[in-house]
Amino acid sequence: MPYLWLIPALPLCGFLINGLFGRKLPKMVVSTVAIGASMLSFLWVLYTLKVLQPLDTPHVERYFTWIQSGEFRVGADFAVDRLTAIMLMVITGVGTLIHIYSAGYMDHDSGFARYFAYLNLFMFFMLTLVLASNFLLLFVGWEGVGLASYLLIGFWFDRKSATNAGNKAFIVNRIGDFGFSLAIFLIVVTFGSLDFGTVFEAAAGKQQGVLTAIALLLLVGACGKSAQLPLYVWLPDAMEGPTPVSALIHAATMVTAGVYMIARASVIFVHSGTALDVVAIVGVLTAAFAAIIGLAQNDIKKVFAYSTVSQLGYMFLGLGSGAFSAGVFHLVTHAFFKATLFLGAGSVIHACAGEQDMRKLGGLRSKTPITFWCLVVAGLAISGIPPFSGFYSKDEILLAALHHAPWMYVVGLLTALLTAFYVFRAIILTFFGTYKGEGHPHEAPLSMTLPLIVLAFLSFAGGFLFDVPRYLSQFFPVSDASGQNALLQIVAASVGAIGILLAVAFYLVRPGIPEALARNLGGTYTLVYNKFFVDEIYDAAIVQPTLVGSRTVLLKGVDRGLLDGIVSGTGETVRGAGEVFRQIQSGNIRSYATWVVLGSVFVLILVGIGVLAASGVVIR
Amino acid sequence: MNLLNVLMLLPLAGALITFALPRKSPQFARLVALAIALITFAGGMALATNYHVSGTPQFVTDVVWVRSLDIHYHVGVDGIGLWMIVLSTLLAPLAMLASWNVITRRVNDFFALILLLEFALVGVFSSYDLFLFYVFWEVSIVPFLFLIGIWGGERRMYASLKFFVYTMAGSVLMLTSMIYLYTKVRTFDLTTILSALSSGRLALSPAEQTFLFLGFFAAFAIKAPLFPFHTWLPDFHEQAPPAVSMLLLKMGVFGLIRFSLPLFPVAARDNAPWIIVLAIVGIIYGALLALSETNILRLIAYSSLSHVGFMVLGVFTFTQLGMDGSVYQMINHGISTGGLFLMVGLLAARRNSTAIDAFGGVAHAAPWLSTAFLITTLAGLGLPLLNSFVGEYLVLQGAAEANFRYAVFAAIGVILSACYMLWLYQRLFYGAKPDRAYPDLDVREWLCVVPLIILMFWLGIGTQTFLPAITGTTSHLLDDSRQSIPFRVEAARAH
Repeated sequence: MPYLWLIPALPLCGFLINGLFGRKLPKMVVSTVAIGASMLSFLWVLYTLKVLQPLDTPHVERYFTWIQSGEFRVGADFAVDRLTAIMLMVITGVGTLIHIYSAGYMDHDSGFARYFAYLNLFMFFMLTLVLASNFLLLFVGWEGVGLASYLLIGFWFDRKSATNAGNKAFIVNRIGDFGFSLAIFLIVVTFGSLDFGTVFEAAAGKQQGVLTAIALLLLVGACGKSAQLPLYVWLPDAMEGPTPVSALIHAATMVTAGVYMIARASVIFVHSGTALDVVAIVGVLTAAFAAIIGLAQNDIKKVFAYSTVSQLGYMFLGLGSGAFSAGVFHLVTHAFFKATLFLGAGSVIHACAGEQDMRKLGGLRSKTPITFWCLVVAGLAISGIPPFSGFYSKDEILLAALHHAPWMYVVGLLTALLTAFYVFRAIILTFFGTYKGEGHPHEAPLSMTLPLIVLAFLSFAGGFLFDVPRYLSQFFPVSDASGQNALLQIVAASVGAIGILLAVAFYLVRPGIPEALARNLGGTYTLVYNKFFVDEIYDAAIVQPTLVGSRTVLLKGVDRGLLDGIVSGTGETVRGAGEVFRQIQSGNIRSYATWVVLGSVFVLILVGIGVLAASGVVIR
Repeated sequence: MNLLNVLMLLPLAGALITFALPRKSPQFARLVALAIALITFAGGMALATNYHVSGTPQFVTDVVWVRSLDIHYHVGVDGIGLWMIVLSTLLAPLAMLASWNVITRRVNDFFALILLLEFALVGVFSSYDLFLFYVFWEVSIVPFLFLIGIWGGERRMYASLKFFVYTMAGSVLMLTSMIYLYTKVRTFDLTTILSALSSGRLALSPAEQTFLFLGFFAAFAIKAPLFPFHTWLPDFHEQAPPAVSMLLLKMGVFGLIRFSLPLFPVAARDNAPWIIVLAIVGIIYGALLALSETNILRLIAYSSLSHVGFMVLGVFTFTQLGMDGSVYQMINHGISTGGLFLMVGLLAARRNSTAIDAFGGVAHAAPWLSTAFLITTLAGLGLPLLNSFVGEYLVLQGAAEANFRYAVFAAIGVILSACYMLWLYQRLFYGAKPDRAYPDLDVREWLCVVPLIILMFWLGIGTQTFLPAITGTTSHLLDDSRQSIPFRVEAARAH
């Protein structure tokens, strides 16, 4: 018995220890507990997967009945199959590295213990999410990671912008979860169960319309969690949180939960057909849209945030093209290179006293060489340069997209170009030229550079070391498009290379070009620079009308005006009587006397009831 | 003497004793009252452990009270009443602890009234005789009136009168229905009436059923309260001491399940569509108003309106899941909304205000109070592993079974609850360091808060402690209402 529950239970213990006693413990103990919990969890995952090898069939453990009402039962059941195995490795592996990094990054923060408690709490929920063997338990993890994300985005809670961003993340995700929960209701109505096994087995026999409805509702949930159009707006704001959090939660793991969920429910999506198309369209549009915005951002974290949105779109494109394993593959490699990018950004921010604006950075290459080289490796990986990890997964996705719909392939390629361009734009602006900030930037301590180096190595080698598609081949129907196509590979790689070269040309060789371009583009540039004003549109179209309508129409108009008005006649009468009474009585006893009278009225009513009842007898 | 009677006599006797104790030593009165409340709670726990899951009432006492009118002292416990009784016996001592130093004026009276209220609540949740139920229902109003009227806020007069007028209006209509029913069967005993109905000895025409159903419904809808009969609620909660607000349990929804459904099954089903509409409107309306409220207590009141919408929706889906979820929400409401009131009381004691904008940055100064409030906030917005999620999920799932559109609209309330709860939390606890001191929880306050937080998790994870008893009762209720419908319609036609 591999005791799957231990995997999330270990970080939960870490959370409880640091949450309850952390403020009284020395930092050394706090970080040891938190890192230890995460690392033990990682080791237990390794052990479990070794014992359960080769994991051809899911290993299920049933613990207790969580909810039962009538015939309907939801169990607290965990299961691990190959898809979950991959997720477990990424979460606990990358998670542990980021825990170690955090010990250095958060060293001077007064909320040290609180930070690590939240981080462990996140691990608990994220592991629950991927271990769950029914939809409702998955939803527990799903909402739970949302909570951890909310707490960590608003970690510096004296900043209004941070707590606003936390609220925004939670509420936008709730809108997505609205769809997810409707999907759950519909699954129960259709299948009578929420168990993955039961549902997926029976899916083939169900009406296509119902399956499409379920799949699309699930997609709404996935769009919230994985920051896809039109619900991506919370993720750029989420950068208010500490940078390691951006790396772990808002890049490597939590935001990929939507990808995991769709891959998990692939049977439903495949049988629907239509829904799969929608996934691909959402993905490809998000990928391009976010990449365009990423071109014009000056905050290094914002660039990477839009890049995350864009790359998640890529994963959706893979899923929607029917290449589920390619989507998951990109999830894995993205976890490596995007974590590297964010941790590298964190290292820069750490070195430059919190500065995130790239226009005020620059020239850091010689001052923080390790960080620089790690970022370059990750940059090459995300640009899809062989043999870096991103090349392999991106290639698979593009191949699938080409077979699915050629226009998506073209948009995907263009996105790849933009991606390579803006990532290297960020790297050049930060590390080349002369340093424009104050103070003396220095390389981060070993606790930060070590995880960075490990992740950079994985960004390099993750693609050929872990052949995710082959590992998942029996899990997902291999699409007929699989196999390698040398020509396409060359095209994909050269597109990335062109992007990098353009960035070099624009920002290193001829630094005048971008400004001239921005001037010439005029309105278009303003539009992109301001992120297409999506936040402003949402605010004007949804948020303000709701708030103003609630305050003026509902509260003042309906509730106090109409509904209270109807009874105020009665109220006035009674109050009038009270007023008269108040004049008769004096001093302290008047309130008391009022009550005596009211009491007598009450007794009189009771007596009246008795008489009425008795008269009933008499009449008979 | 059976345990249930002990549970009723103890608080009643306790109320009289506390009232009679010398007024010079309020501390003694507090201790006596608390001791009695704690013993009663122990009794409540014993009730729960000795309850066997089944569809029939247990701990039954049935003696004739007024022979000429066939009024019985008929009390018992079913799977729904059980948890409401346990909840009442738990919240009473907590309300006392929460008011310990806060109430300094006429201490004896306050604590005696809490015990009297507890007595009335246990009575309401265990009555199996219509008249007896009515008496307890009315008796419960009295302590509420006094508790607000004497210890309430500035506009306590207005609030208590409004509460009184509303409740009485409903009560009179319910009483009329009861008396009409009495003239038909010559008894007030619920069990006798139900067997008369199912045997066909008593047949009500559809028109009669509707009329009687509406009479009961008026009382329950006002008390619950269901939109649009709710405008007394914000004033009530704003003016009442928060500890008293904790004890405003959902008697109205309970009444619907205990009386309206079994007595008038056809009318209940016939009227379900528009009641569900009111419930769903209430869910969204309450949540939207909670967004705009500037007073914490009024905000919680509107959130309660939203919660009641879920409960009523669950009942009128006539599904197992919906019904169970509804009962679960009744318990949850006592725990998490009760918890919110309790903690707002703690905040108010530190700042002497319940206006939202009077606070800010409390998390800097009082981390444990903030944590407790956060957990309660999360419970309120239905986070999984906490209590409300289970109830809301079951209600919505039941609604989806009845009619998927119900679930779609009601689930909007779940989005909105996150908005108003998180926004409230942000404005109270986050922000710059406050310029005044907010002491963190002291021992007494810990004692109030911890049991509720434990229960939030327990109800959220260990649902099997509570659900089997509930399902045992609701499944019978549903079966009965299904079986008797065709039969009773036949009987009515034959008349």
